[in-house]
Amino acid sequence: MSGAVAALPFILRNAWLVAAIPFVSFVFVGLVLRPKVPRIAGVVATLSIFAAAGVAGGVAWEYYHLFPPGALHPAIVPFAFEWLRFMPGLTVTMGVLLDPISVLLLLVVTSVSALVHLYSIGYMHGDPGFGRFFTFLNLFTFSMLGLVIAPNILQIYVFWELVGVSSFLLIGYYYEKPSAVAASKKAFIVTRFADLGFLIGVLILGYNGYTAFGDVGPTVAREVTGRIATDLQPFDFLYLTHPDLLGRLAAPALAVGGVSLLTIAMILVFMGAAGKSAMFPLHIWLPDAMEGPTPVSALIHAATMVVAGVYLVARLFPAFAFSGDALTVVMCVGAFTSLFAAVIGCTQDDIKRVLAFSTLSQLGYMMFALGVAAMDRPAGYTASMFHLFTHAFFKALLFLGAGAVIHAVHTNSIWEMGALRRKMPITHLTFLVATLAIAGVWPLSGFFSKDEILAAALRGGHPVVFGLGLLVAALTAFYMFRIYIVVFLGRARHEHAEHAHEAPFVMWAPLALLALLSAVAGFVPFGSFVGIGAEAGHEGIDLAVAIPASTAGVLGIGLAFLLYSGDGARATAGANALGGAYRVVKRKFYVDELYLFVTHRIIFRHISRPIAWFDRHAVDGMVNLSGWTTRRTGSLLGALHGGRVQAYGVWLVGGTLFLLLVLWSAAF
Amino acid sequence: MGIVSWLIVIPFLTALAVLMTPARASRVIRWIAAIGTGVELVLTATVTWLYWQQAAADVASMRTAAFFKLYLVERVPWFETLGITYLVGVDGISVAMVILTSIIIFTGVLASWNVVERTKEFFCWLLVLVTGVFGVFLSFDLFLFFMFYEVAVLPMYLLIGIWGTGPKEYAAMKLTLMLLVGSAFVLVGMLALYHGSGMHTFDLTKLDHAKFSTDFQFWVFPCIFVGFGVIGALYPLHTWSPDGHSSAPTAVSMLHAGVLMKLGGYGAIRVAVYLLPDGAKWWAPIFLFLTTINIVYGAFGAVMQKDLKYFTAYSSVSHCGFVLFGVSTLSLMGMKGAVTQMFSHGIMTGLFFGLIGMVYGRTHTRIIPEMGGLAKVMPWLATTFYIAGLASLGLPGLSGFVAESQVFLAGFFGNPWHSLTYMQTLTVIATMSIVVTAVYVLIGLAKVFQGPIKDPHFEHLTDATWPERIATGMLVATLVVVGLVPGPFIDLIEGSLMPLVNRL
Amino acid sequence: MPDILAGLGLAPGIVHWMVLTAALFAVGLYGILTRRSAVGVLMAVELLLNSAALSFVVFNHFRMPALVDGQVMAVFVIAVAAAEVVVGMAVFVALYRVSHTVDLNRLDRLKNDEVKP
Repeated sequence: MSGAVAALPFILRNAWLVAAIPFVSFVFVGLVLRPKVPRIAGVVATLSIFAAAGVAGGVAWEYYHLFPPGALHPAIVPFAFEWLRFMPGLTVTMGVLLDPISVLLLLVVTSVSALVHLYSIGYMHGDPGFGRFFTFLNLFTFSMLGLVIAPNILQIYVFWELVGVSSFLLIGYYYEKPSAVAASKKAFIVTRFADLGFLIGVLILGYNGYTAFGDVGPTVAREVTGRIATDLQPFDFLYLTHPDLLGRLAAPALAVGGVSLLTIAMILVFMGAAGKSAMFPLHIWLPDAMEGPTPVSALIHAATMVVAGVYLVARLFPAFAFSGDALTVVMCVGAFTSLFAAVIGCTQDDIKRVLAFSTLSQLGYMMFALGVAAMDRPAGYTASMFHLFTHAFFKALLFLGAGAVIHAVHTNSIWEMGALRRKMPITHLTFLVATLAIAGVWPLSGFFSKDEILAAALRGGHPVVFGLGLLVAALTAFYMFRIYIVVFLGRARHEHAEHAHEAPFVMWAPLALLALLSAVAGFVPFGSFVGIGAEAGHEGIDLAVAIPASTAGVLGIGLAFLLYSGDGARATAGANALGGAYRVVKRKFYVDELYLFVTHRIIFRHISRPIAWFDRHAVDGMVNLSGWTTRRTGSLLGALHGGRVQAYGVWLVGGTLFLLLVLWSAAF
Repeated sequence: MGIVSWLIVIPFLTALAVLMTPARASRVIRWIAAIGTGVELVLTATVTWLYWQQAAADVASMRTAAFFKLYLVERVPWFETLGITYLVGVDGISVAMVILTSIIIFTGVLASWNVVERTKEFFCWLLVLVTGVFGVFLSFDLFLFFMFYEVAVLPMYLLIGIWGTGPKEYAAMKLTLMLLVGSAFVLVGMLALYHGSGMHTFDLTKLDHAKFSTDFQFWVFPCIFVGFGVIGALYPLHTWSPDGHSSAPTAVSMLHAGVLMKLGGYGAIRVAVYLLPDGAKWWAPIFLFLTTINIVYGAFGAVMQKDLKYFTAYSSVSHCGFVLFGVSTLSLMGMKGAVTQMFSHGIMTGLFFGLIGMVYGRTHTRIIPEMGGLAKVMPWLATTFYIAGLASLGLPGLSGFVAESQVFLAGFFGNPWHSLTYMQTLTVIATMSIVVTAVYVLIGLAKVFQGPIKDPHFEHLTDATWPERIATGMLVATLVVVGLVPGPFIDLIEGSLMPLVNRL
Repeated sequence: MPDILAGLGLAPGIVHWMVLTAALFAVGLYGILTRRSAVGVLMAVELLLNSAALSFVVFNHFRMPALVDGQVMAVFVIAVAAAEVVVGMAVFVALYRVSHTVDLNRLDRLKNDEVKP
């Protein structure tokens, strides 16, 4: 360990604790408490995450103590150890990388996860799989934290997969329910397919990084001296995002078909990111993932795991920016997804699905915010992280609120709820805060982060994206208030809704805390904490952006009230007027059907089945043919073997005589 | 007699002890087998420790060595006139394989706790078979190697033919005949080495000093590689595997898929590539191509299978493709990946077949669509099955990832002799398997364990018994330990693989 | 007797003895190939053995009269032949008990066209 790293504060050198605590808890809860005393599994699991949150807080405090706000925030690797040695000079380390975005995510993940754990104690109370649930939840938190602190691309890949599998386990938590099983499989397989791209991207980066390491490595190593705990490795982000290496990767000599290798690699990596963050067209798993228990949806499919894709793009941002084209792809995909999902979100009836599409849409927002940034104009980068930060709080709050509602009325359909405002006052209030926040109403947090993103788009010279962003902002306000109105206002539409009652303390306490965070998170001077490159992020409110954005939000809210307050007849009439278009949107543009067609009709039927047939009949047929030939020859020759010893004797003697004759005639 | 010989002798002595026990005392027989294999496990740990003591100091010198170094050697002349020696010993690769075999046979005995038909003969043959396997991994004289190889292959015929299920005679016949054809190739190759070296010796530590001409290597390498390829399920010679594995009884499937298929990769590394590096260089692109087919084709083949054992057998074809793919990359990383995959797949597939046997013993069906919702009644088996499944789809944290990541990287990094584009293209095709594997593992397991309980009879089934828990728990622990802390395992094998790669 | 014949100038040479052993062998071979009864075949085998034993003695006499190796071998052959008859007859008796025949043409049960499980 180099001297400078050893001199770091204790908590930074031991930042690995933040992931290790949940891991130890996972093992302990899974192996000991789950089978023996599941009752206290929840408490132990929750306490461990609170402890991790404490460590994360300490890490953040010390990091910003070391690098005060406003100054440059270099990445440091205060801890790393060799995990897997591929060959001399190519080693995968496991370690901790601290820079503004990883510190930010550590805080977000641990705090949201801790609150969700707490909430789950109430929500999952009495469930037969209580212990299992907390085991998986701990596993997830461990994996997510491991992903966040990864100092190299292979560690991120490792935890990326672990996150995927814990998400799979949690979506399929109700394993007796066929829809949950199908959803969990779908989530895993779709993200796995995306990870294929990621893996190939890693291979390309790894190979070219390794071959260039001899030339570029020493320069980079000199630059990062004193900041990393082990020797620089070709997989390290500090190396992979260094301009010298990127310049080599982008060299025309390596281009394939006119596209630079860097662009290809980054687009492949982005494929993985798009899978995890459910960007179009790999978004199909996220709405179905709502089959999992609601706290899971809040934690994994809203606040933390799905932002892993955004985080990955941010982590490799210098590489994306260097390529340029790859960043444009990010922007286009993000912008399209945000609009696409917002449109679908307006038509869904399941409260969690609406929230899921809203998540998609907001993730698209974060993606295109990254896409409009550049190394010399990093406002979008900061804005994206800002939105990630605020979104985590209000979206977790929305889901947990939805969970409280579902817990009370035992249904997911918004048309069986209504008038819950009086029955569940705390839930109602917190839900309203979150709805206002996501709709971008001043002074709640969503307003600030959205404003930053739109400003970045406008300043970055992307007026079309800016316009799209405004449209999405209006749609967001519209569909969020649509469910707010239908669920909390009006009259009870179903008897369940009439008998609803407020959630217990362990459930509403996290709601209240998250509501507080959602309300004030916007006032954090984010630009001085998180940024990349030289220029600090955009500060303050730009009225040229704030006024159109707020107007869009207000228009959306107004439209929602116009259509859905009262008996909702106007909405039905509107839907009928749209006719076929409405149906197409409601069926999610038939993307799922297209996937089913491709997988079942084409891949299963036209690839797998022929291969299975070919193997049984052609390849194995050859084997059986050789066996058959042997037996056939045998039975033909067998006719000579009548089983009569004397006949054999005649052949023997005759043969000998014949041979003797031949030899004799040859001799003379 | 040295400790290495004891490793070979103990299973045989156990077999003799079983033979001398009255057939009616099946409880005693089971306990004898369990104790014998347990002692073997302890002995394996000792050998590993001894090896580590002696070899740790040599790793640095291995970096440049061209000849592998043998430890705990026992060398006794046997047929001196024919150049046959009783030469046993260990190096890193064989230690790894011996650990694998010990674990699999111990858990295999535990998993066959409920064999009722001809218990005595069953365990007897099982132990004879495993004697052969240990012999192969420990002997460094080609003649001895081959002899043990045959000892390992032949009891399989009886074990499948008598204790199997389904079309067992057909499967046993097919398996034995195909493997014998393979060993005929190997025998030809070995005799060629014997004469071609001009030394008239079978001693591997002497043969490696011989200079074989390029022409000679060109002809002999494919002979040996394909011969071992048959047992390593090289496409298109893999078809014994689905039939054989699905007909074999549990412990035999475990041992066969878990250990015997590894003899292929082991022999390919130990004999073919080590002795014939030039031949390896010439033929590698062709075998890379075939093994890529293996990987992808096996995975696609598994998607449509209805029988759990066929399903696992095809997945084995795919995973064994990784072994030979790794070997064919001819790089240190690839070889390490291959050996890691041999170990990892051995444990994983042993777990798979063990679990299938346990599930079958309860449901009396192996047809996937007939099952469903079993996780509710047998949570232990379901959990371990899922862990095996996740290992097979290469989840980090389990050993499969350690192996596959090395093989993929090795393929992508290429080697100095072959076209980089060619190898990278094949690697990219091979990576497709990670998706297909996820598809079949998840679909298959979900149908068996998740969803509502399909058959009301399943409601009353029981979860794993204690022997079963110990067996599966041990295998899962191995998967997890190698997956989480791969360092020691890599250190174990790396030193012994370096000389091999240095020769290329 | 050979001495008397030798005195008469009619001493048989090695060739005569060879013809005799060959004839004996041919008779034995013919018997083996044609007898339908197993016992007959066994007797024919005895003839073969005897022809071999005779050859031993003859060669010993003509080639190395000082030694007795040939005679020793002949004794061996007789002993083996006796043992063989014992075993052979025992087998035939056992066979007869099972199949009520020792007709070789009907004893072809080892040959089976189909491998039965």
